[in-house]
Amino acid sequence: MDLSAINPVLLIASLMVAATPLLLAAIGELVVEKAGVLNLGVEGMMITGAIAGFAAAVESGSPLMGFVAAAGAGALLSLLFVVLSQIALANQVASGLALTLFGLGLSALMGQKYVGVKPPAMGRIDIPVLSDLPVLGRILFSHDIVLYFGIALTAVVWAVLKYSRIGLILRAVGENHEAAHALGYKVVKIRTLAILFGGACAGLGGAYISLIRVPQWTEGMTAGVGWIALALVVFASWKPWRALLGAYLFGGITVLQLNLQAAGVAIPVEYLAMSPYLITILVLVILSADKSNAPASLGRSFHASR
Amino acid sequence: MSTPPLLTIEGLTKAYPGVVANDHVSFTIGTGEVHALLGENGAGKSTLVKMIYGLVKPDSGRMTLRGAPYEPAEPRAARADGIAMVFQHFSLFDALNVAENIALGMENPPPLRDLAARIREVSETYGLPLDPFRTVGDLSAGERQRVEIIRCLLQDPKLLIMDEPTSVLTPQEVQILFQTLRKLKSEGTSILYISHKLEEIRALCDHATILRLGKNVGECIPAETSARDMAELMVGTALKTPERGVREFGDVALDISGLSVPAPSAFGTALKNVHLTVRRGEILGIGGVAGNGQDELLSVMSGEVTCARDAVKFDGAPIGHMGPTARRALGVLTAPEERLGHAAAPDMSLTENALLTGSVREGLERNGFLKWGATRAFAEKIIQAFDVRTPGPDNAARSLSGGNLQKFVIGREVLQRPEVLVVNQPTWGVDAAAAASIRQALLDLAAGGAAVICISQDLDELMEISDNFAALNEGRLSAPRPTAELTVDEIGLMMGGAHGMEVAHV
Repeated sequence: MDLSAINPVLLIASLMVAATPLLLAAIGELVVEKAGVLNLGVEGMMITGAIAGFAAAVESGSPLMGFVAAAGAGALLSLLFVVLSQIALANQVASGLALTLFGLGLSALMGQKYVGVKPPAMGRIDIPVLSDLPVLGRILFSHDIVLYFGIALTAVVWAVLKYSRIGLILRAVGENHEAAHALGYKVVKIRTLAILFGGACAGLGGAYISLIRVPQWTEGMTAGVGWIALALVVFASWKPWRALLGAYLFGGITVLQLNLQAAGVAIPVEYLAMSPYLITILVLVILSADKSNAPASLGRSFHASR
Repeated sequence: MSTPPLLTIEGLTKAYPGVVANDHVSFTIGTGEVHALLGENGAGKSTLVKMIYGLVKPDSGRMTLRGAPYEPAEPRAARADGIAMVFQHFSLFDALNVAENIALGMENPPPLRDLAARIREVSETYGLPLDPFRTVGDLSAGERQRVEIIRCLLQDPKLLIMDEPTSVLTPQEVQILFQTLRKLKSEGTSILYISHKLEEIRALCDHATILRLGKNVGECIPAETSARDMAELMVGTALKTPERGVREFGDVALDISGLSVPAPSAFGTALKNVHLTVRRGEILGIGGVAGNGQDELLSVMSGEVTCARDAVKFDGAPIGHMGPTARRALGVLTAPEERLGHAAAPDMSLTENALLTGSVREGLERNGFLKWGATRAFAEKIIQAFDVRTPGPDNAARSLSGGNLQKFVIGREVLQRPEVLVVNQPTWGVDAAAAASIRQALLDLAAGGAAVICISQDLDELMEISDNFAALNEGRLSAPRPTAELTVDEIGLMMGGAHGMEVAHV
């Protein structure tokens, strides 16, 4: 066992990378659920975003194009969920599960000729002076731009939900859709926009895995991150900063346990592999003990005539 | 009419598949006039005001506002034209605070801090004090209504529509609401007031339009018309008031002593040291504003919530630890307030719903197998005896109108020959004729020797049928007093007074 082989600076830097796909997907789903919609299709939208982003980046040679395509693909797939759950008023749980299964199959089909291909690399930002700082420079100031985008998005979503009128309307729709309708707000339209936003975020998260974290394409490579994102939203009590905390915690323990495995710690690999799930859920359950504030209309279909 | 017209409605018609909700309705509301809209459930009052508020588009007909054609495409347009509405079921968001709730109902709300200051100012002026930063889920029903009213007042409305505003208020709160409305009227605001409480309309309104089955069937000046005449215009036939025969009280049937139960949920109410006894042949009325422990008290008596053995006794034997089925076997039956989801399973047929509570006392199952034939016969018996309007017992409970389902739910318990029957809000949302028949059934049941507890927010109903009256206030039950000796003021005080409201500074 050689713990000295673990470099704490690299560890923190790589945990931020490991956490970002989860954070992006969770923030998107948080907005969707705040609007009162439960979309269980996060995993499907992520994997679709992963392959769409990968393909677009390979074909165009620009990773940024890849991310744009991934967001578009995620939103496009979520449009299917809009049709099912908002227009046809199908059960949201069943529609979401269908979306995940569909996304997994679709991505495998789309990705057939991309197995083993190497995507163009995403450049890291390089800020003079800051990026050259010892320790801090490596941890904070030398990542790719999408990682910063994830953190900025968390801040923006938090501020919009808390302080802006559009955020207030979104929360109102998720809280009591009948009352929101009676006041003249367009419930279905607001929910549709929220679902599209959630789809785009999930797509971005998926592309982050296939373009930056791994980076390559293999079938089913999101490996359950979408489900973790769903759980994270609940355990984070629908609060953006807690989702960030949970994502970093999960990412951190994932990276740490990989390092511990490499260092040959005398704990069976299976226990190490399950530790991120256990610890993240445990911490967030303790945090969310104050009170549950699930949006009151979460998962309920809305039709103006009822 | 002495005042210039504000809103004129001519020939407004709206049809839904299978039913004409409004059929050529016409009337005029004057400036500064309090206009009442009267009618039974299903008479089309709600559809009519939804058309005025822009939520529903009329099929035909015309509206004229201040001389100009008025066709609101959506509530936003109606609000822009100075029309505001206080809803029957409050359109509030429990998890948001007062200021956020009010901001949602405004077109261009000022920043939250300025809005909070204006809420304080307006609420003080109209005698409806409110803290803008409290979470709405924690407010009482009266306070929630204040939120709705202030939301409307901040928009400086020309016409205020109020849909059944007093159904959740204590008598004192009603008085304060009326003072506020009179002050608004004196400032030139017109009010369209929907209610089926005739005495209130006689006290407040200048003019009344009466609807029956979607048609305008008459107009009157409420102050000059008797409540009985108005009721008969609403119903279309002579009204039968329930008759209470002379009854002998027997032994104590149900005895609750020193009962305390913690609140079942964050928004529930804890029961604190409740004592009550009810004798055979007696009807005990329990009043109080909604949310003061009514649901909790019912669930303790039904056995949904169990308690100490001796806290609840039936014929002297402890039953506090028994669940609903064991109590039903003894003859302690209950009918809860919420019809869909508590008293009846919405998507199951009436036959299945009859089985759900009737299987024990009616012997509808044997060795775990169901006797569908007997169950169906039981359901048909209920439908016939209580005049439930439905094509047959195979229809889903959800498909019945509120009043019809209520008749079914009450009838289902009454026909099981209860020893003790506890009902919560037995005539809530039920029209006058059906309410009278439900009350008559309760009176007949008591005359037959059963003990009846009627929990209700309708004071007129409690005065009409109950022998003794007690009030629930924040989970405490007042000592019961004979109904005949009580005045409305005393009842109001028993219900907890006006909850800190003050009279408008006119």
